Amino acid sequence: MNFSFLYDAVKDDKQNKQNNLLDRRTFVKVSTIAGVGMTVGVMPRITDASASLEHGFGHFIRVANDNTVTVIIKHLDKGQGVTTGLTAIVAEELDADWQQMRWEFAPHDPTRYNNLHWGPYQGTGGSSSIANSWMQLRQAGAAAKYLFIQAAAQKWNVDASEITINKGLVSHASGKTGNFSEFIELAAAIAPPQEPTLKKPSQFRLLGTDQIPRIDSPEKTTGAANYTLDVDLPGIKSAVMVHPPVFGGKVKSVDAKAAMRIDGVRKIFSTARGVAIVADSYWLANQARSALKVRWDNSKAETRSSEKLWQDFKSLAKKDAPALRDDGNAEATLKLASQTVELDFEFPYLAHASMEPLNCVAKVNDKRCDIWTASQTPGIDEAVASKLTGLAAENIFIHTQLAGGSFGRRAVPDADFVSDAILIAKELPNIPIKLQWSREDDMKGGRYRPMSYHKMKAAINSNGDIIAWHHRIVSQSLLRGTPFEGLIKGPIDAAITEGAASLPYTIPNFRVDGHEAQVGVPVLWWRSVGHTHNAYATEVFFDELAHKLDKDPIELRLRLLKGQNRYSNVLKLAKEKSNWGSTLPDNKAQGVALHKSFNTYVAQVADVTLNADKSFTVDKVTCTVDCGFAVTPDIVKAQMEGGIAQGLGAILNEKITLKDGKVEQNNFYDYFPLRINQMPDIEVHIVNSDEAPTGVGEPGLPPIGPAVANALRKFRNKPIDELPIGNKV
Amino acid sequence: MISFTLNGKKVDFKGDPNMPLLWYVRDEQKLTGSKFGCGVAMCGACTMHLNGTPIRACSTPISVVKDGQVTTIEGLQSKAAAAVQKAWQKLDVVQCGYCQSGQIMSATALLEQNPKPNDQEINQAMQGNLCRCATYHRVRQAIHSAATHLAKEV
Ligand code: FES
Ligand code: FES
Repeated sequence: MNFSFLYDAVKDDKQNKQNNLLDRRTFVKVSTIAGVGMTVGVMPRITDASASLEHGFGHFIRVANDNTVTVIIKHLDKGQGVTTGLTAIVAEELDADWQQMRWEFAPHDPTRYNNLHWGPYQGTGGSSSIANSWMQLRQAGAAAKYLFIQAAAQKWNVDASEITINKGLVSHASGKTGNFSEFIELAAAIAPPQEPTLKKPSQFRLLGTDQIPRIDSPEKTTGAANYTLDVDLPGIKSAVMVHPPVFGGKVKSVDAKAAMRIDGVRKIFSTARGVAIVADSYWLANQARSALKVRWDNSKAETRSSEKLWQDFKSLAKKDAPALRDDGNAEATLKLASQTVELDFEFPYLAHASMEPLNCVAKVNDKRCDIWTASQTPGIDEAVASKLTGLAAENIFIHTQLAGGSFGRRAVPDADFVSDAILIAKELPNIPIKLQWSREDDMKGGRYRPMSYHKMKAAINSNGDIIAWHHRIVSQSLLRGTPFEGLIKGPIDAAITEGAASLPYTIPNFRVDGHEAQVGVPVLWWRSVGHTHNAYATEVFFDELAHKLDKDPIELRLRLLKGQNRYSNVLKLAKEKSNWGSTLPDNKAQGVALHKSFNTYVAQVADVTLNADKSFTVDKVTCTVDCGFAVTPDIVKAQMEGGIAQGLGAILNEKITLKDGKVEQNNFYDYFPLRINQMPDIEVHIVNSDEAPTGVGEPGLPPIGPAVANALRKFRNKPIDELPIGNKV
Repeated sequence: MISFTLNGKKVDFKGDPNMPLLWYVRDEQKLTGSKFGCGVAMCGACTMHLNGTPIRACSTPISVVKDGQVTTIEGLQSKAAAAVQKAWQKLDVVQCGYCQSGQIMSATALLEQNPKPNDQEINQAMQGNLCRCATYHRVRQAIHSAATHLAKEV
């Protein structure tokens, strides 16, 4: 399975092209469902050896007899609003009324619902949902519209060119009108257009406007929305897992006598991943956990502490490293240069800490395995389930639920929490098992944003130019040691240098290299992946150079952004909207950062105030974004706001540390995501664009850390080179 | 036996009085709008009202609510609650939505006690409600908007 999709180090333009080519490589098909309505699908045109696709049918739109239009959502909604976005794309091309639109998650079926950026795999990540679905769903919507027009023309015996559709109402010049539902039978019998005519952006009535309310707001404001936590099935039992206290530990022995005496505790047993407790309720299972005695074999476990890891990272950084980008000759230039600047950075492990602690419901018998969970990568879950149960993939059924957050955590190469549920359910055939991690399990369960050490060195000359830049990164690979290791193409995992190797500034001698550190702590993509740490290192270091050169940081950036208009435009807009450069009192400062991730360009200016006790407040963030055509502008804004605030929490207060291999943090009393009292005012400005839409779930996050740090630089005699910052400078 | 009122209906509970209210409401009363986020009163996802005051149901033993009036998101009825939910929808506050029942319960209790809170007071009342999607900017705006709406109604 190709995992490079989850980070964007190498894909960039290839994907945009792929996206725009879609219209020539897809076909449209329609069928009726007896008594229900009709569906319209768009799928890759059958070429070469994909015979099995013939049975597939890309169902994306279902028009029902009650005149509702349901869009089948092939992506997981974990808050990013993709259910609204994808539904709006169809509504636009179909000219449906927003009130008649509904949505529903697709089943796992990559022959119909693959992510077009991921090849043949279905899934959600890399801020790709809207980008890859854009042409596909526009075509589906436009094809459906064509069919309704043709059907009405037949029924009314008039010319199709005289028929229009507006807000779901099919009308003819004569005054005849009808709803979609009246034409289903006729429409389904018509051959669908293979090149449906799409609207011009100037014809959009919905997309690009603020007229698209989130489709999930009602259910999420009344408590009606269902998550994995809320799955209820006849005979369901609760399960909790006791995992090894250190990564790589194994169960040595279990004493379950006291735990089993608790009423309602059903079964306690070891699995490949720890000790499972099954009980009538989560609360009882947790009581049993407290009464359980487990001895662990930690002989093969990772037992280093954070201090030792830092030492090891630093000594690794001293060794020669393979380059992922090497223009000119940075090393030689630095050796000869008369003035150099150096800076090292240390960034900690971070937890995803989604509000819904990880969970999964599974039911297994010798014929089938059903899984209810929220997953970004159902294909992995299916493969793992198939391996663990011995059942064929076609007998694994995944029922996608809303996710209470994810940020990457629900896309796991070894399907950790899904495996937990299946390993338990396998031992209790036919009984639905709801595996629920506690907050502590979630916090200590690994799969962190990796810690990283950065060594940066640059040469500047008397003309005020940056003539050489060398960035060395030591961090952990996300793929090494997983079944997908073979996909690492370069000398090291490109996630490590993501966002650092693609620095846009013109610097003649430029080198980015790195090492993969070997650590037994499992790591994972965390909202914006490598960009989380690399944007901080590059943008803070850049400001340090501007400082040394006595240049305005925005002017210096603009000067070095040669031919990079999309970068320059967001930066200029941020300059204007933030009143950059106005005279500030001594206790106030502004800082800027610019970064592209997932093909989306973002600039941010942070306004900070220093308080008398050396604490500080981030008052305001001005954010400008170029994500191509903004399909749902209000959701773009919401994603920028969320990315900024989550990133701000991370640089202020978040870290996971280890003591003898044990994670020291437990719960929200010692791991500190941002709370409302630290929330700055945020202003988001979207650049007008007709380019193809690009992702927004992640790109709002990377610039906030460096923007704040660059502002705080005014109050310190050196840059902030260690995170988190805490609440004082 | 422990009796109390849940969303206006009298309920009698015969089990372990130490059982947290959250799990009773979710598992036995099948009201699943209140969520589990931390289990230690640090996130607010489980917020309910006890006699109008917000409580963290994950850390409230059922014995504590004896003879009290418990309200969950499913049972919200006040004018303030309606204004809050409407403002939340108008401003599209939610993202993943998981924390939002708790946010709405805290915001409703705030407006019932203080119809025109300033930012400071909002921070104070809402600090116990974590949102990992970090929707705080809109939470704040929505509370102001609901307050304005309520002021017009009277
Ligand atoms: S679950 Fe009750 S406060 Fe977090
Ligand atoms: S909306 Fe996702 S945690 Fe608040």
